[in-house]
Amino acid sequence: MADRPEGSAKQGSNKPALELHVPEPTYRPGDPVDFAHITVPEAGKQPRPDENCEAIETSPLCYDLVRVLGDDNKAHGPWDPKLDAETLRTMMRNFAMVRAFDERMFRGQRQGKTSFYMKCTGEEATSISAAMALASDDMVFPSYRQQGILITRGYPLIEMINQIYSNKGDKLKGRQLPIMYSSREHSFFSISGNLATQTPQAVGWAMASAIKGDSRIAATWVGEGSTAEGDFHSACTFATVYNAPVILNVINNQWAISSFSGFAGAERTTFAARALGYGLAGIRVDGNDPLAVYAAEKWAADRARANGGPTLIEHFTYRAEGHSTSDDPSGYRSAQERDEWPLGDPVMRLKRHLIEIGEWSEEQQEELDRKCVEEVKAVTKEAEKNGILGHGLHHPFRTMFEDVFEELPWHLKEQSEQAIRERETKFPEGRPGA
Amino acid sequence: MTTDVKKKPAAETGTERRLNMIEAINEALDVKLAEDPDVIVMGEDVGYFGGVFRATAGLQEKHGKTRVFDTPISECGIIGVAVGMGAYGLRPVPEIQFADYIYPGLDQLISEAARLRYRSAAEYIAPMTVRSPFGGGIFGGQTHSQSPEAIFAHVSGLKTVIPATPYDAKGLLISCIEDNDPVIFFEPKRIYNGPFSGYYDKPVEPWKRFDSSIVPEGHYTIPLGKARIAREGEAMTVLAYGTMVHVAEAVCEEKGIDADILDLRTIVPLDIEAIEASVEKTGKCLIVHEATRTSGFGAELSALVTERCFYHLEAPVERVTGFDTPYPHSLEWAYFPGPVRIGEAIDKLMEA
Ligand SMILES: Cc1ncc(C[n+]2csc(CCOP(=O)(O)OP(=O)(O)O)c2C)c(N)n1
Ligand SMILES: [Mg+2]
Repeated sequence: MADRPEGSAKQGSNKPALELHVPEPTYRPGDPVDFAHITVPEAGKQPRPDENCEAIETSPLCYDLVRVLGDDNKAHGPWDPKLDAETLRTMMRNFAMVRAFDERMFRGQRQGKTSFYMKCTGEEATSISAAMALASDDMVFPSYRQQGILITRGYPLIEMINQIYSNKGDKLKGRQLPIMYSSREHSFFSISGNLATQTPQAVGWAMASAIKGDSRIAATWVGEGSTAEGDFHSACTFATVYNAPVILNVINNQWAISSFSGFAGAERTTFAARALGYGLAGIRVDGNDPLAVYAAEKWAADRARANGGPTLIEHFTYRAEGHSTSDDPSGYRSAQERDEWPLGDPVMRLKRHLIEIGEWSEEQQEELDRKCVEEVKAVTKEAEKNGILGHGLHHPFRTMFEDVFEELPWHLKEQSEQAIRERETKFPEGRPGA
Repeated sequence: MTTDVKKKPAAETGTERRLNMIEAINEALDVKLAEDPDVIVMGEDVGYFGGVFRATAGLQEKHGKTRVFDTPISECGIIGVAVGMGAYGLRPVPEIQFADYIYPGLDQLISEAARLRYRSAAEYIAPMTVRSPFGGGIFGGQTHSQSPEAIFAHVSGLKTVIPATPYDAKGLLISCIEDNDPVIFFEPKRIYNGPFSGYYDKPVEPWKRFDSSIVPEGHYTIPLGKARIAREGEAMTVLAYGTMVHVAEAVCEEKGIDADILDLRTIVPLDIEAIEASVEKTGKCLIVHEATRTSGFGAELSALVTERCFYHLEAPVERVTGFDTPYPHSLEWAYFPGPVRIGEAIDKLMEA
């Protein structure tokens, strides 16, 4: 029984009754959507402090929104990274590739070729443009929605698909859930399914780099919902205490499965403003503006590399699709949100900018999109030769016991023998398809 | 009060209702929310959406946003605030979306909830029930498949409950919520929709084909610490809980083994009397769990049986478990302690 009798706060006392506030998103399924309450400042109007400024000087940027691409599709203001046309076209190629890849893999899951997939539609800039602003050997600690980094860093598509199909070609030996990649060669840390664990790890890597007098920095990506985890708080505290050369990218795509950003505190302040309490530099950026994302990430990278310290960047964006193949967002949010999203689509915005500056055309875009679709299709076919999930073309049973430890202790040896014996009992004539 | 569905079938309650495990859990929460204004249901995605497995569907709409609500993604926070709510006098029922994600909440559970009664000499208690789907068999990879029950069983002050049928799920969950101590309620997600024979290539048989899905309306409880005899026999005792009860049953059926199968239902507190009675009768004991082997709950069961029934044993106790590796994605069915592994152990015991 509760400490006080029911309703006692109201009875016999003139003290006001306390009320619990439970956040509620503005729109639910079927609601008409009007994002008028989201302030979209004019592109180019945000001040750009020096990379080596005191963290406190970034305070205004924590409540603003750094934007470069205007409604006129031109680049504006001090944050314009002034990228050459070739770089912009490379960025566009990465965008188109990620879209084509996501489309195909999503379909593959629907066709039963694997168990799970996650798209990053609408958020491509937050990984691709950001990764392009880093050195290729800067260490990244991503969450599960940064396939854009791998594609930017030239990780072979076939490796990604082998991993997604959990087949015999999968370098991770079919151990991880699809999309939980790892590539040390690409300075890409092994993805964990446990949210926000990567954030203090990135700080630790950055501290190590500083301990050793290295020049490489670290960057991490975490969803806005996941910033509620204690790990993120630890990351911020350690980052500031040791002035670690690290970038903390918070991807505010408004949703964490069915929970809107209000359940991570967004009703009261911005995610960028978290930086202030810790003494980190903070920037809130239009995550659907590829040039702004690039510029913000570059600012933070230059700062970290010059021993200026860590930066927290909030990428304000929108998760245009479901959380994963296991999710149907029509059960909890208005389908109109995607169309009404006031910051548009990053791929379209980059395309229009390239066309605006005379470096691109609709025909070139169509050609690029088509090529990407074809390439993904061809590589998918190639990967399927290594098998799809559940069709026998997996790694040998004994591999299940490897890498638990560096060496196999007696009990794992016994268990490995057990597994192989069971296979012989189950498939006396060999595994079908294997 | 306990209702035994086998003896008192639906005739007494009028209509015979068959629910799957999710529906049974939902109904337990619904009953308690309606009966007790101190019950609070919360967790990631449990409010408006009704949970990623739909276990809390419709509850927010029915009982209001301050009784059933979403939380930030912080398992430490979820369990920590549940301790605080319990200190006030509420009866929180937090959900952890997957057992694999309970670890950030361990300090609040192990150091706080589990010991609050003891350290305050019962001035404060933590009457919470932490619900969480656990176990593998759904291609969830290493972060949606674990069975960490032994970690909790090892902590003094925590109860650990694992239902194996819809009928039990409802009655046990109501008991847990009414219990004044912190309880971990692990829901075997592989059997949410139907029991599992261990043959993954066969389609799931829905719960409604089984009488254990007959769930009475309203309030009923199943006491914590009382095992269920899933199958009566003489040839050997099988100790299991959750998904593995059904796999063991299917294997014994298939092999024609007249086994005494105990569904433990709660591992802390444990129904030691039922275990002793069965082992004394059969003289042989097989323990089956999906969790990893080393220091798994089977080790405790094996020690207890050996300590207490040694002179009745005709053969060494056998354990069938998951392997001591993380739950692999593609080799899920090679990992899972399925019919072949269980069959081997049964043969060994039968030959002894
Ligand atoms: C520790 C932990 N708790 C819960 C989950 C289940 N879970 C997976 S993704 C997710 C939502 C994350 O949302 P957000 O951080 O906003 O990232 P987004 O999916 O939007 O990219 C949840 C709750 C998990 N993977 N790990
Ligand atoms: Mg999010």
